[in-house]
Amino acid sequence: MSLVAAELERRGIATVAIVLLREVAEKVRPPRALWVPFRHGYPLGCPDDPALQRSVLEAALALFERPETDAPLIVDFGSESP
Amino acid sequence: MGSFDEFDLATRMFLRAWRWRRIDPVPWTVPRRPVARARLALVSTAGFVAPGQPGFDEKVRGGDPSWRVIPAGVDPRSLREFHRSESFDHSGLAADPNLGFPLDRLREMAAAGVIGEVAPRHLSFMGSITAPGRLVRDSAPGAARLLVEDQVDLALLVPV
Repeated sequence: MSLVAAELERRGIATVAIVLLREVAEKVRPPRALWVPFRHGYPLGCPDDPALQRSVLEAALALFERPETDAPLIVDFGSESP
Repeated sequence: MGSFDEFDLATRMFLRAWRWRRIDPVPWTVPRRPVARARLALVSTAGFVAPGQPGFDEKVRGGDPSWRVIPAGVDPRSLREFHRSESFDHSGLAADPNLGFPLDRLREMAAAGVIGEVAPRHLSFMGSITAPGRLVRDSAPGAARLLVEDQVDLALLVPV
């Protein structure tokens, strides 16, 4: 997934990757990543929980505001105030 | 939480020994416009397919590098998940595909002005590709061209 993110960035599309394995993201280094503390199969938390899903998405979108000097960026979900 | 400990011993050993491709240099595009005015596309690696589309092929050695275009008008509840991995619980995605393909959430956020608009087309891959050569050489550039054509500003990649 991070390899697709890199290609999109090279074509002028900014990306945020939600990631489940922090140590893999640290190795692969997508430009912007939001690490979420959920198990595989549950990337946005819980089924039929729109509030939690929206909360994860808002945290991901906030990374688009970060400066280039932060690259590669990995932020833990819930670690920063919205 | 997401960790290697979720997997069986063989998978853990594979993941720890795997030579992950390091992105270097890290490309960085400054968003052309603020999120509240941007066109946003989803990119999923859950192997979702829309009604009428062929499934991903779990028999492809090294992983199926193909991708599907998911039209923005699709009902997320009609998406079928084709990820081949037996290493995670698929029931959450079956109950609510928004868990991995949050199209309904994006529509709500566009209506609320949080994002500018939902892109007309989104992308679906099947993750767990152990031989990513074709993905890097063919699939990713082709998929990127499609989003460029649609004048997408931002892409959100959702794993499984």
